[in-house]
Amino acid sequence: MDHSIKTKQITKKKSKKSIRYYWPFLVMCIPGLAYLLINNFLPLAGLTIAFRDIDYSIGIFNSPWAGFKNFEFLFATDSAWIIFRNTVAYNAIFIVVNTVAAVTVAILLNEVRKKVMLRIYQSLVLLPYLISMVVVAYIVYAALAADTGFVNQSILKPLGIKPINWYIEPQYWPIILPLVNLWKQVGFLCVIYFASIIGISSDYFEAAILDGAGKWKQIIHITLPLIRPTIITMFLLAVGRIFYADFGLFYQVPMDSGMIYSTTNVIDTYVYRALIKIGDIGMASAAGFFQSVLGFILVMSTNLLVRRVDSENALF
Amino acid sequence: MIKSKTSLSILVHVVLSILALSCLIPFFILLMSSLSSETSLLRYGYSLFPKEWSLKAYEFLWMRRVMLLQAYGITILITTVGTIVSLTITSLIAYALSRRDFPLARIVTFIVFFTMLFNGGLVPTYLIYTQVIGVKNTLFGLLLPGLLMNGFNVLIMRTFFVQNIPVEVLESAHIDGAGHFRTFFRIALPLSYPILATIGLLVAVGYWNDWYNGFIFLTDTSLFNIQSVLNRMLSDIRFIATNPVGGAISAAVAANMPSVSIRMAIAIIAVVPLLTVYAFFQKYFVKGIAVGAVKG
Repeated sequence: MDHSIKTKQITKKKSKKSIRYYWPFLVMCIPGLAYLLINNFLPLAGLTIAFRDIDYSIGIFNSPWAGFKNFEFLFATDSAWIIFRNTVAYNAIFIVVNTVAAVTVAILLNEVRKKVMLRIYQSLVLLPYLISMVVVAYIVYAALAADTGFVNQSILKPLGIKPINWYIEPQYWPIILPLVNLWKQVGFLCVIYFASIIGISSDYFEAAILDGAGKWKQIIHITLPLIRPTIITMFLLAVGRIFYADFGLFYQVPMDSGMIYSTTNVIDTYVYRALIKIGDIGMASAAGFFQSVLGFILVMSTNLLVRRVDSENALF
Repeated sequence: MIKSKTSLSILVHVVLSILALSCLIPFFILLMSSLSSETSLLRYGYSLFPKEWSLKAYEFLWMRRVMLLQAYGITILITTVGTIVSLTITSLIAYALSRRDFPLARIVTFIVFFTMLFNGGLVPTYLIYTQVIGVKNTLFGLLLPGLLMNGFNVLIMRTFFVQNIPVEVLESAHIDGAGHFRTFFRIALPLSYPILATIGLLVAVGYWNDWYNGFIFLTDTSLFNIQSVLNRMLSDIRFIATNPVGGAISAAVAANMPSVSIRMAIAIIAVVPLLTVYAFFQKYFVKGIAVGAVKG
C-alpha cells in the first residue's frame, strides 16, 4: 500500500487551497446562499423603495426617485409618533418582564429534585410557545369577549363589577399585551436559562454550602453571575430587535380593533395596514426603512458597548 | 434547617404548579367551549365546565370535512416538504462552513450572520416575492418566504458539526478516497441525527403554525392551510367584536358565520396534532431551544 504517497499528494493539494480541492464545499453552500439571496438580500436592495415614487406599471426598480418625500409624509401623520413610541415602549417592557420572570422560573426549576415533576413543569410551561398567534387570539378572545368572555362572565360578574368592553377601551392593553406575551414566551426563555443553570459545575455550590451560604446567597453569588453571559446575549438579541414588533401579537390579539390603536398600533402593524389595506407603499416602506436602519445601528452600538465593558460577552 | 428546606421546596412546587396550570387552563377552556352547547355558551359565556354538553360543533365540522381535510392536506404537504428541503439546504451549508479546510468558510459565515442582523422588512420582502419571484396565490407563497432557512439554524448546526464530528474521521474518509459529498452523506449526517431532529422539529412547528404567509400572499381560499382558515374565521369574529353598536349587521354576519363553539372546535383541531407530537418529542423540543442558547 502506498498510503504515504497518497497522503503527501493530499497535503500538497490542501496547502495550495486550490479550488479543485474545495469546490464541493462551494456547491454545498449554493442552495442555502441562493435562498438567502432571495429571502434576505434582494429585499435589502428593495429598501431603496423608500426613496422612490412606486409605480407598478413600470416596475419597482424603474420607478422615479422621490427623495425624502415618503419620509416627510410619514412624519407628518399623527401615527408616526404613536407607532414608534408603542413599539419601543412595549419591547422595553417585554425585555424586563420576560427576563425577570424567565430567570426566576429557571431558578425555581433548578430547585426541583424529582425528575418527573421537572419534566411536567417544563413541558406545561412550554405549551403556549408551541401554538400560533391565531390560536392565542382565540384564547384571548374567549377570555375577553364583551358578552361571552370568561373574565366578564365568570370573574367580574360574580364580583359585581360591570362588564368591560376590552376591545374598545385602550387603557387596558398596556397590561394585557405584556401578560399575553409573557404567557407565550416565558417557557421558551426559561428553558434557555435553565439549560445555562444546569451547565454550572456543582463544585461551586458545594463549596458555597461548605462556607455556610444559604440558598439565597447561592443564587445571588453563584447562579446569577454565572448565567450572566446568557442573560447578556439574550438581552442583546432583544435590544437589537427593539424596533421590530411581534406582528401576530399586536395584530391578532387586539383583533385589529381600530378603537384601541392608540395603545396597540406598532410599526409592523402600521406597515402592514399601509401596504395591504390602504396600498400606500411610500409610507409603509419609509416606516420599514427606518425600522431596519435603526435596528441595525442599535445592534451594532449595543454590541460595541458590551465589547468595551465586557468583551467576552459581546455577540461578535 | 430541615424544616426550612422542606417549606422552601413546597413553595417552589406551589409557584411552579400555579404557573403550569395557568399555561394549561386556557387550553382547557378552549376544549370545554368546543364541547358546550351553543345556547349555554351564549348565556353563560366561556367557562371551565360546560353547563350543557354538546358535540354539535364537531358534527358540523365533520359535515365540512372536505374543506377542512383539504386545508389539513395543504398544511401537512407544506410542513413535510418545507422541513425536508430546509434540513437539506441547512445541513449542506452548515457542513461546508464547519470544514476548516474550506477557505471561503469565513466569508460565507459572515454573509449568513449578516442576515441575522439586518433585513429589509415587510414592504421590500412582499414586493420581491410578489413582483420578482411571483409567489402570490401559489403554494410557494406558503413554502418560501421566511421559513425555509435561517442563519440561526445554520450556525447552530455548524457548531454541532465542529464539536461532534472528529476531524480524524473526516480525514481518514478522505484518505480512503471518499469525496466530500460522500463523506457528508455517509459519515457526517449519520452522526448528526440529534441536531437534525431538533432543528427539524422547530422548522416543522414553524410551518405548522404559519398563518402569516397565507395572510400576506394568499387571497385564493382554496390554497388555505389550516391556520389560514382559522385566521379567516378570526376576522369574522373581529367584525363583531369591534362593532358592538351595529347590532343588525352583526346579527346578519353571525347567522352566516360558524357559531361560537365551532370556532373553538377548529382551534382544537389545529392544536391537537401538534400537542400529540409534542408529547412524544418533548425532549427534542427542550433540547432544541436550549441549543439555541449556545453562541453560534
